[in-house]
Amino acid sequence: MTLDAAGLVSFSFYLFAAITVASGLLVITARNPVHSVLWLILAFFSSAGLFVLLGAEFLAMLLVIVYVGAVAVLFLFVVMMLDIDFVRLREGFQQYLPFGLIIAGILVGELITLGGVWQAVGDVSANLADKAPDATEVDNTAALGQLIYTQYIFIFQTAGMVLLVAMIGAIVLTLRSRPGVKKQNIGRQNARRPDEAFRLVDVESGQGVDPSAFRQTGDRE
Amino acid sequence: MVEWFYALYGGEGSLLYMAAIISSILLVVLPLLLCVAFAVYFDRKIWAAVQMRRGPNVVGPWGLLQSFADGIKLFLKETIIPAGANKGIFLIAPMLTFILALISWAVIPFEAKMAIADLNVGILYLLAISSLGVYGIIMSGWASNSRYPFLGGLRSAAQMVSYEVSIGFILIVVLINVGSLNMTDIVLAQEGYFWNWHWLPFFPAYVVFFISALAETNRPPFDLPEAEAELVAGYQTEYSSMAFALFFLGEYANILLMSATMAILFLGGWQAPLPGLDFIPGWIWMFLKICFGFFLFAMVKAFVPRYRYDQLMRLGWKIFLPLSLVLVVVYAGIWVYGGLVPVRG
Repeated sequence: MTLDAAGLVSFSFYLFAAITVASGLLVITARNPVHSVLWLILAFFSSAGLFVLLGAEFLAMLLVIVYVGAVAVLFLFVVMMLDIDFVRLREGFQQYLPFGLIIAGILVGELITLGGVWQAVGDVSANLADKAPDATEVDNTAALGQLIYTQYIFIFQTAGMVLLVAMIGAIVLTLRSRPGVKKQNIGRQNARRPDEAFRLVDVESGQGVDPSAFRQTGDRE
Repeated sequence: MVEWFYALYGGEGSLLYMAAIISSILLVVLPLLLCVAFAVYFDRKIWAAVQMRRGPNVVGPWGLLQSFADGIKLFLKETIIPAGANKGIFLIAPMLTFILALISWAVIPFEAKMAIADLNVGILYLLAISSLGVYGIIMSGWASNSRYPFLGGLRSAAQMVSYEVSIGFILIVVLINVGSLNMTDIVLAQEGYFWNWHWLPFFPAYVVFFISALAETNRPPFDLPEAEAELVAGYQTEYSSMAFALFFLGEYANILLMSATMAILFLGGWQAPLPGLDFIPGWIWMFLKICFGFFLFAMVKAFVPRYRYDQLMRLGWKIFLPLSLVLVVVYAGIWVYGGLVPVRG
């Protein structure tokens, strides 16, 4: 058996695609939620492999850095700390099944429509408002940069603003100042010098020291 | 490197090409593992010297074989899997740490055209793999089904995610002067001798990157995930034998990787520091620069006390994140308005 380049590419494609689909299935069938998240990570990772096969190495790396490296870590972080009752988790299965089926049906319908339109239109590049730079001339990192930071700069900035607003919203919703909580004032801690923090006292044997003398200088917040 | 082996084997065909790939992987990984063994030894020696002790000096001449003795000891011990542990994940976690520590080396150029894979997005690949490193720790912490490892795993997850942010911004600062994500291009952008290298114009970025690298590799003073005073040994508590050895090797391989990254980003990669020293091969300069980075790591471990956890988080989010953002704005401003941005394909 000889392996040529095209054979290797299709072999890798089916390998990554099979792993993606299989781990996607395991995400929803795994009994343990932590295992589900780990399968989800494997699915992300294999899709990054598919991007590499398409020649979109920048998107592949972005997928790994953003989804696997940051988003999924937070998922795992939260799921690990939840105290989950597995029996109760299974109870609602019958109840939620219709909703799940409806959503799945809509998704499948959309995919079929998209595939049909794609087949019918043929060359899509004629309909594009702004064409991507030629892939043979620049690598796809530069191509994305040229499009995002020139043609689509306002949309890009708007997306950034939306994210900023969402972030501020999340902070405002969760931030509450509780009374009676001890907090450190780092600036004040660092500004403290030895001569205001303590003093040396010669204590006479059997005399002791008046404690009130110390409260004035060594005040804690 | 792969092409060089392919030419060496003097044939055609995909099987020979695969043989060339495997040869170049072995050429990187085998010396790397040897270097890791000696890195552990030098780490202990430097630490001992700072504290005016002798360090390991029994096994072999000057104790040089100490790491190998430790390795054999770990290899011969029994692997214990705790009864309540999640067996599969418990065993996968150390392997994952070790594998991730090794595959990052695929994009490190040791000399011009001497990298296993000279990717277009080499630096992003490095960032992606190092962001995966957290999984080995968080999985081992959870699968051990024990309190100390779990707390260590959670701490580490938060810590590594926090410091990756500032590492990402520092990379942007350096890449403004490079105009490419390719590791070889990063070195070539610093063409010349030591005053041409990035450490000089980007000195604040170098310092922030070094400190973030300490936190990213869980080295002292940021070794909170395995703070022995509070967490026994953190996520490694339940591990023994080879599983522990894999964590240990992975950790040191990551430290060497961070040293190599610093050498490439800031210290001119394989280039000679002074005119007249060009006759020495580039990979030797690269090796010496990695040693220099490792020496910094070891010295910091020897004389900086451990941070408190809240101080660590404060440093990451309230000092380094704004600082690196300001660095991006300032350097981008100078480079754009000074006309210094390189134009590349």
